[in-house]
Parts: sequence; structure tokens; C-alpha cells
Amino acid sequence: MVKAKAEHQDNNPTISHAPKTGADLLIEALIDANVDTLFGYPGGAVLPIFDALYKKKSSFNQVLARHEQGSIHAAEGYARVSGKPGVVIATSGPGATNLVTGIADAMIDSLPLVVFTGQVNQAVIGTDAFQEADIMGITTPITKHNYQVRSISDLPRVIKEAFHIATTGRPGPVLIDIPKDLAANPCADKYDEAFYLPGYQPTIKPNPLQVKKLKEALETAQKPVILTGAGILFSKATEEILSFAKTHQIPVASTLLGLGAFPGEDELFLGMAGMHGTYAANQALYETDLLINIGARFDDRLTGNLDHFAPSAIVAHIDIDPAEIGKNITTHIPIVGDAKLALKEMCKQIKTTPDFSTWLSHVQENKANYPLWYTKPETDMIGQWAIEQVFKETNGDAIITTDVGQHQMWTAQFYKFNKPNRWVTSGGLGTMGFGFPAAIGAQLAAPEDMVVAIVGDGGFQMTLQELSILQERNLPVKIIIVNNAALGMVRQWQEKFYEKRYSESVFSIQPDFVKLAEAYEIKGVKIDTQEELSEKLPDLLAYDGPVLIDCRVLQQENVYPMIAPGKGLHEMIGVKP
Amino acid sequence: MKRIITAKVRNRSGVLNRITGLLQKRQFNIESISVGRTETEGISRMTFVVEVEDFQKLEQVTKQLNKQIDVLKVSDITDKAIVARELALIKIVSNGQLRAEIQGIIEPFRATVIDVSKDTLSIQVTGKSEKVEALIELLRPYGVKDIARTGVTAFMRGQQPQAGQEQAPFSLLH
Repeated sequence: MVKAKAEHQDNNPTISHAPKTGADLLIEALIDANVDTLFGYPGGAVLPIFDALYKKKSSFNQVLARHEQGSIHAAEGYARVSGKPGVVIATSGPGATNLVTGIADAMIDSLPLVVFTGQVNQAVIGTDAFQEADIMGITTPITKHNYQVRSISDLPRVIKEAFHIATTGRPGPVLIDIPKDLAANPCADKYDEAFYLPGYQPTIKPNPLQVKKLKEALETAQKPVILTGAGILFSKATEEILSFAKTHQIPVASTLLGLGAFPGEDELFLGMAGMHGTYAANQALYETDLLINIGARFDDRLTGNLDHFAPSAIVAHIDIDPAEIGKNITTHIPIVGDAKLALKEMCKQIKTTPDFSTWLSHVQENKANYPLWYTKPETDMIGQWAIEQVFKETNGDAIITTDVGQHQMWTAQFYKFNKPNRWVTSGGLGTMGFGFPAAIGAQLAAPEDMVVAIVGDGGFQMTLQELSILQERNLPVKIIIVNNAALGMVRQWQEKFYEKRYSESVFSIQPDFVKLAEAYEIKGVKIDTQEELSEKLPDLLAYDGPVLIDCRVLQQENVYPMIAPGKGLHEMIGVKP
Repeated sequence: MKRIITAKVRNRSGVLNRITGLLQKRQFNIESISVGRTETEGISRMTFVVEVEDFQKLEQVTKQLNKQIDVLKVSDITDKAIVARELALIKIVSNGQLRAEIQGIIEPFRATVIDVSKDTLSIQVTGKSEKVEALIELLRPYGVKDIARTGVTAFMRGQQPQAGQEQAPFSLLH
């Protein structure tokens, strides 16, 4: 693991006699919260905080990104892989607003983050002071909760509450805005930390009577399907879901973010469902008479046209967030609670079920008859094939991060995630530039594991400044740019739905990515053909240090199969070559 | 459909912004909103009148409100036995000759004149929204110069009808 909180005493004895400040309290609270990795970027309003950090240097692994967006995406990657909250510190004004994309991303994908922003002195808040932004107003709709600390005596309690809120129930980002004077001024040694959140009591334990309804529904069902979402990963219920599905022989489809919750190569697994999901998964969701959704939120990219989503099914929905139940899909059996506890209760109550073998063989036939496909060119590379090589070469064991777009969908399709928490992608928000910094956070969370950032050439150019972190720490992240010199998914939609008017989606020039890597003293390789990739990939992945692989792939390749916008699950196009 | 929703909230900075922002983000129309302290220190009651399409949307409103950390309890009290009132201040054009006539109009509404000037008259009325509307309509011909309404505030009556009896018609035989 990264440097743990080994030393708590101050490095500099002359400083330790100075009176304690708000910033010191903050750092103590972070140590108490077992924070060992910080994604921070200094600036005017957080000078007191970074000064206090300087005195406690040895307690944290401090990661200095080169842009606050890099800090927060790295914190997201760290949170996704470690299961611990990612902690970010940024200054007021532009520092804080640079975090906004990451906060929104963490909110929609339910990632636990605790974000500290500096604020101008209390005396000038509201006067449009230098580097002032109303970050409370800006982040209210994209945080699970946010605080502006106005009295130093509240600070320790607020930090405790923030970690509690971020990591319990449905996880999410919590922001704490700290005026500079509050961090800089001397304060008492200790304040009451007891927290009180009467309006926040997430339902964790499912109601057994609701589980009984599910049991009864299963007794009369003929075509059940389980839909696995990221909620299973958050509640660490992968063993329970495997055992439940195996015992009752129920096929499983997954959401994008749920990949890895159920073994990707299991015979019961039908693949990802949704817009670019498999025919077998979508058809099963269309035909099912009992849909058991565990920890997924029925996102529109999953459901397609709602009128055709599981039209004849009884819908059971297990979710820790009651507001997700019934939001998009009428739900007959709502079960509010933690996925792991719900699955345990299901395993306890549901001992026998009817024989689903006819249904199972039907969906498995679909799986066999309509596999994911691509047409491999003679020598040129295409994204699908390249990603499949990465899968084979890593035995599906690597931690994979992506941006959004074609390369993301191909990775979801062709990289089979057999283990949980190996998949870090921007699902709900669909953030370009997420994958690479997220890979840095993932690598810090799992230093021994192989981390591969599969990114597009468009997205990579949004956050590539973080190559500095790889250089600085020699972090062995492997970057694979699926380079089609275009914004592939935009280009694909323009081809399909805008009569090939490629408006601003094709790049006429590109940087030399290899030289760019070299500028950061990172090994860079450009690969043009299949042969080259097959030959070089094993060594590049095994290389002890960061590597950037510029994979030149054909531009005209599209992601298939596909549900066109407005169409239903049963109306997939491109299911066969 | 119009629904009356009440929420007890912790009196924290930004709580009103959180709630109105949430309603706006989820595209719920607020017809009126009123906020005030309750019997417990630090706790406020909000009463919203919202226009929602259907019960599914309504359920979303209450669930989303409940998710807010500073919200303690949300109730849709539309179908309960409730007391709902609002207050309106209405300033109309008037002169000495008209005062008596206007007095005659507002009296059945138990409204009162609270300010008189040379050519205006200000009236205060409390009651259900329908009653307030009715009075405003009656006063409109005189020339309404200004209206200030608080929006509805409401809570449940001390005694709720037992289930099943709710719709029972009154009968002399029983």
C-alpha cells in the first residue's frame, strides 16, 4: 500500500509549539478518518491547509495532479478500486470550479468522495472577491451533500459527517467549503465531534416481507432474469449473487457499471445489456416475465424506449436508494436495502424454484447464435480486436479504465471482467478525459496490480497533462490510445443519423503521441498493424514503468450491435456481420 | 394535479435553495411555497403546492425531497383532513364614497381593512386559497393595484377520520 499514516508527530519541532489552527484541525480529522492518500492542488485560499499538510507530510501520500480535474478523476479511480473515499483538496474559485465535472461524474456514478475547497475570507464572501465562486450554489445539485463551515467549532463534526454521508447508503460526493480565515486562525485544541444527522438514515436492511414477495414471484415465473448493477460491487455482494444465480440457474445480464459483479465468462452471463449490449442480454430483458434488478438504476442507455422495456415482466428492484425505485420503470416488488443483505435474505428464504432450463437454454442459444462480432481487416487494426488482445494478454485480470465513447463500449464488450472492482469507467456522466487520471488513482489504490487506461485520442487530449504524475512517480500505468483520429462515437452518430455530415468530429491534425510521451520521459510506442501489436503487446504490458501505446485503428469502424435512439430492446441493429 | 406537500427541515443555510433547486432540476412546478419556524427550535416547516402529472411523478418528488440530508420528514397531506390557509394583502383603488360599499363586500369574508390612503384601501384576508381567489375576483372591478400572497401553509387536523369512514355520508338515521 501507499505510505500509511506512520508518523503523526511534527517533523519540525519549532512549528509544533505554534497555536493550533483550523487547518491543523482539518489535517487531524483526515488522519482520524484513516485518509492516507490526498489528491490536492494548492492555491491562495488553501495556503493555510497546505501549510498544515507540510507539517504532516509523512502522514499522507500527496498526489499533485496538473489540473484539478485530474485530481478529482484520480480520486474517483482510487475510490472505485479501493472502496475507500477519495479525498480532494482544491482552492477557491477556479480551483473549485475545475472540480465540477468530477463531482458531477462521482454523483451520477455513486462514488464516495470528500472534496475540500478553499473559500475567500468570511469577511468578503459575497463581494465578488478575488478567486471567489459560489461553489455551494454550484455544487448543491451535484453533491450528495455540501457544507460551508462558518464556525471553527463545527469543523471536526462536519468532516465526520461528510465521511459518513459519502460512504454510507448510496455513496456519493460530499463537498466542504472552508473560508481561508477559518483555516488560518488559531483555535482550541479540540471541539465536540459528535455528529447528528436526524434526516439521514439510509435503509440498509431489506424488509423480509418484500423478499417473500420476490420468492412467490419466482415460484410462478418461467423466464426470470437478473440484472446486476454497480450496487452489487459497492455492497461487496459478488459471492452472494453468484451463489444465488447458480443455485437457481437464472441468467444474468449486466449494466455497464455492473460489469465484474458477475463473472464475465460464466455460462449464465449474457453480457452487458443496453444500447451497445449483447443481443442475448437485451432479448432476455425483452422477453422476461420476472426481472430482478439488483443495484442498477434503469438508466436510459440500458432501457432504450421504455415502452418496450421488459414489457411483460413483473419487476423486482433491489436498491439502497428508494428514489431509484419506480423512477423510470414501474416496479411491482420494491426492496429497499443493501444488495448484500438483500441477497442473503433471498438465499435464506428462497430454497427451491421451478425448473428454468427451457428458458435458460433459449437465452443461451441466443448467446451462442448472436455473439459480439467484428470483421477483422487483413493487416490494419480495429479497436475491438486490439482490446480483445489486451484482454487475452492480461487474462482479464487487469484493472481497466476508460473514457466515454467507442473505445469504452468495445472494452465493455470485449474485455471480460471476471473479477469485481477491475472496471473503472465514466458511466452516467460519460466524461471524456476521465480514463487516464482515473487510472492513476486506480494504480495508487492497487500498486501491485496491472492498470491499463484504454482511452480515445479525443478524451486523452483532455487530461493528458497528468503524464507528469507518471513521470514523477514512475507509476506503471499502461495507456492504450485507441486512436482513430476522430471522436468516434460522435462520428458514428453523424454517419448513422446525420447523413454523414461529420461536423467537427474528425481531427485533421494530431500530436505525435510518442514524442509527447517522450517529453515526459515515458516510453511511447506507435503501433499500426495487427502483427506489430501481437508482437509487442506482451513486452509493453510487462514493462516495469509507464508506457503509452498509440494504437492506430481504422476510423470508419462502428460499435455494433446497437439500439438506435428511441427504439426498444428488441429492435437492435447490427446483431450479425 | 395539484398536491399539498409539507416538509420539516433543519434550519440550515442553503436548505431552501436545495429544495427549490431540486424541484427545478426534476422539472416539478411549484405553485406556492411557504416557510416558517415550528414549535421545535432549529426546525422549519415548508408547505409547497406543486403541480404534478401523475402519482409516479408525485412519488418521485417526495422521495427526492426525503433524500436531502437536511429534510427530516416529507408528507403529502392533500388527501388528509387538513387545515390549509393563506394570507393575502390586496390594495385597491378607492375613495371615500366607495369605502362603505367595499366594507360590505369584504365583511362576509371576514377580511379587514388594514390601511387607508387618499385613493387606496388595503385589505387583509386569510383562508383557503379558493376564498382568497373569490374575494380578489369581487374586488377586481374596483381596480386592484397590488396583491401580496403568502402561499398556502397547512398541517393535519388533530383528529383524522378512521379508514373506511372517510367517505361515509352524514345520515340522520345513524
